[in-house]
Amino acid sequence: MDFLTLLQVLDTTIRFATPLLLACLAGLYSERAGIFDIGLEGKMLAAAFFSAAVAYTSGNVWIGLLAGVAVSVLLSILHGLASITFRGNQLISGLAITMLVGGMTVLVAQDWFKQGGRTPQLEGAARFEPITLPFAIGPADAEAKGEQLSKLIAEASPLQQIYSELISGHPILVYLALALVPLTWWVLFRTRFGLRLRAVGENPASVDTAGVSVVSLRYSAVLICGVLCGLAGAYLATAMQAGFVKDMTTGRGYIALAALIFAKWRPWYALWTTLLFGLFQALELRTDVIENVIGMAVQSQLLGALPYILTVVILAGFVGKAIPPRAGGQPYVKER
Amino acid sequence: MTSTPALELKGISKAFGPVQANKDISISVQPGTIHGIIGENGAGKSTLMSILYGFYKADAGEIFIKGQKTAIPDSQAAISAGIGMVFQHFKLVENFTVLENIILGAEDGGLLRPSLAKARKELKHLAEEYELNVDPDALIENLSVGHQQRVEILKALYRQAEILILDEPTGVLTPAEADQLFRILDRLREEGKTIILITHKLREIMDTTDTVSVMRRGEMTATVKTAETSPEQLAELMVGRKVLLQVEKAPAQPGATILEVKNLSVTDDKGVQRLKDVSLNIRAGEILGIAGVAGNGQSELMEILGGMISGTGAVTLNGEPLDLTGRFSDGRSRRARGVAHVPEDRQSEGLIMDFHAWENVAFGYHHDEKYQKNALFMDNNALREDTQRKMDKFDVRPPLPWLAAKNFSGGNQQKIVVAREIERNPDLLLVGQPTRGVDIGAIEFIHKQIIELRDQGKAILLVSVELDEIMSLSDRIAVMFDGKIMGERMPEDTNAQELGLLMAGVAGNGGAA
Repeated sequence: MDFLTLLQVLDTTIRFATPLLLACLAGLYSERAGIFDIGLEGKMLAAAFFSAAVAYTSGNVWIGLLAGVAVSVLLSILHGLASITFRGNQLISGLAITMLVGGMTVLVAQDWFKQGGRTPQLEGAARFEPITLPFAIGPADAEAKGEQLSKLIAEASPLQQIYSELISGHPILVYLALALVPLTWWVLFRTRFGLRLRAVGENPASVDTAGVSVVSLRYSAVLICGVLCGLAGAYLATAMQAGFVKDMTTGRGYIALAALIFAKWRPWYALWTTLLFGLFQALELRTDVIENVIGMAVQSQLLGALPYILTVVILAGFVGKAIPPRAGGQPYVKER
Repeated sequence: MTSTPALELKGISKAFGPVQANKDISISVQPGTIHGIIGENGAGKSTLMSILYGFYKADAGEIFIKGQKTAIPDSQAAISAGIGMVFQHFKLVENFTVLENIILGAEDGGLLRPSLAKARKELKHLAEEYELNVDPDALIENLSVGHQQRVEILKALYRQAEILILDEPTGVLTPAEADQLFRILDRLREEGKTIILITHKLREIMDTTDTVSVMRRGEMTATVKTAETSPEQLAELMVGRKVLLQVEKAPAQPGATILEVKNLSVTDDKGVQRLKDVSLNIRAGEILGIAGVAGNGQSELMEILGGMISGTGAVTLNGEPLDLTGRFSDGRSRRARGVAHVPEDRQSEGLIMDFHAWENVAFGYHHDEKYQKNALFMDNNALREDTQRKMDKFDVRPPLPWLAAKNFSGGNQQKIVVAREIERNPDLLLVGQPTRGVDIGAIEFIHKQIIELRDQGKAILLVSVELDEIMSLSDRIAVMFDGKIMGERMPEDTNAQELGLLMAGVAGNGGAA
């Protein structure tokens, strides 16, 4: 395998890792506050549809993004109502949201666009275009020289290859997702909000008796989760793909949950884990690369299953211990 | 005594549905004193304190702090009014450091760093002033229970509490830790803090408080100066009738050895050894009391003898070996061999709280021949009649077999469990924390039943964290620490100090078994 192929695989890895990372961080905020959310999948899917639909209708991807985030936040509020205010079962609420969205998106898409449950293809300003960073070789250079972009990159120096192929050329949401990792770490471990958020997921009574509202803390966590899921969904439909298709999240919400466990609910670990899982997904498309490297064909289905297998291994306690927030999944009831 | 009271309650009432938890309660506490509030479980002590800490809103009544009428709608208001609360179950985040727990909710801004630095300085200051030493960077889960409690006190002091309320603070402490706590409380009193001590232990009230209020059935029945009262008088005020504080029992007449335990060891599923080579024996007509701070292997000892967990070693009952790991190491086989088991936690192990009393009483009897109607069905009528009889005999109130277990008071729940187990007529009774959360009247009754069973020539293994209970009931006392028996003593030859040292792991002169 040559250097450029490696870079291409890694480039794809980043593209695949981004929605996982956003969803994983979404789950991280929610679960750190003690609210389990298996509705990540549903929220992403809803955001994917509405961002694509609104971006298409308005011709502006930013308005689409806003719509996707808004819908995801609404679903988060629903989850919050069920699990915080009415102290219902968090798993059931999350599952219900996912199932509801799975059907509703296709139904609404068919009603609005009559294209078999999908949105029309997004073009131009209705889509997030890759950004060419300064000094990187991008499509503009290719046009100016009248050559193929891939040819220009292949002729560049290795450093320039890394910069242009791997680091440059992603839509804005990719950079945003990466920036969210240190930001989340800082919020969680360096701010008052983070301290309280972690405390409310470990022992809500400690927060309550300290005179801080458990309910509003948990709602803020759930809202942040909604925003991040919205970004993840919008990325899928308006940046990675050019439009919404039925069930386009394909289990990414669940893989993000698996990644969250694998990452032991820590932001930096979440980045490494989602990159690893993203690599599996990238290799699923390029089984030829694996065959070249290890000299043996690997079923792409096996790669697809790897995130889950690894999570089971982690859960079984083979690689350190993954201790979830102690109050996770339990509604808080004031005791005497 | 003419200064403005630090805290004054006037006519506080609170009802939960038809239950009047607090009825027209008025107290007045002078600054710089320790005021005790004593009462049985369900007397309304906790409700009153929850009202003071803003968890509940009183239906009627007023709260005055330093003479100022103060509304306490939530905990934040209580904190700013200078009230600090140390709950029975600590409200600490286990995987946070001491410092993080202390600043939680009392941070000085959006960022943690300045708050932590300030708290570190303040903590040092408090440690010097009140002799409250705790490592600020230790994780709570690595601290002993006594130190965790100190963190709770520090939390309150950090928030500038002038009135400190402690709810049953010694329930989880060793005697030595409890002594330390009371020294700290003395120190706080000297510095002018006002302390409210809620407890059901008469001795603590007598030893530490300046004044004491007694609660019974939601009412404040009396407020007296501690120096002018006696434990007997307080007990009578609590229960509403004369109570025997001392257990009356004849000297034991031990017979043949019933239970013999040799080198019993248990390792839990985390790989931690919970029981380490425990050897002991109990003879017929004898009560062996196991003293120790909770979590030192007593539970595992009970559970392995009761057939709930497995382990290694040799145990014989009536001379026949007991199966510790195999097919016959379960609870049903144990019952068949004449072992009855009153588990330590009646709510999670002794009863199913949503089931009717008669269903709960049926547990363990459901295989018995006499309760089978035919091949398919049990004879529920017979079970219910039996339950009725047991309830009458053990004075369970109300004596209604159809009532769900959760609707009985703690004491009556415990009586249901004790009735079920004692009525099996076992050779060996395992009984854990028989009077935890049980009111004085029921304690007296349950103790009498245990003594009666002993006098019928049965062997009894009693596990309790209440040293008083161990000392008054046992014919022989073994002290457990860290999964080992630290030593055996006869109750008449020992005292709380010596047992307390053994409980804290300070070596005695070996087991005399």
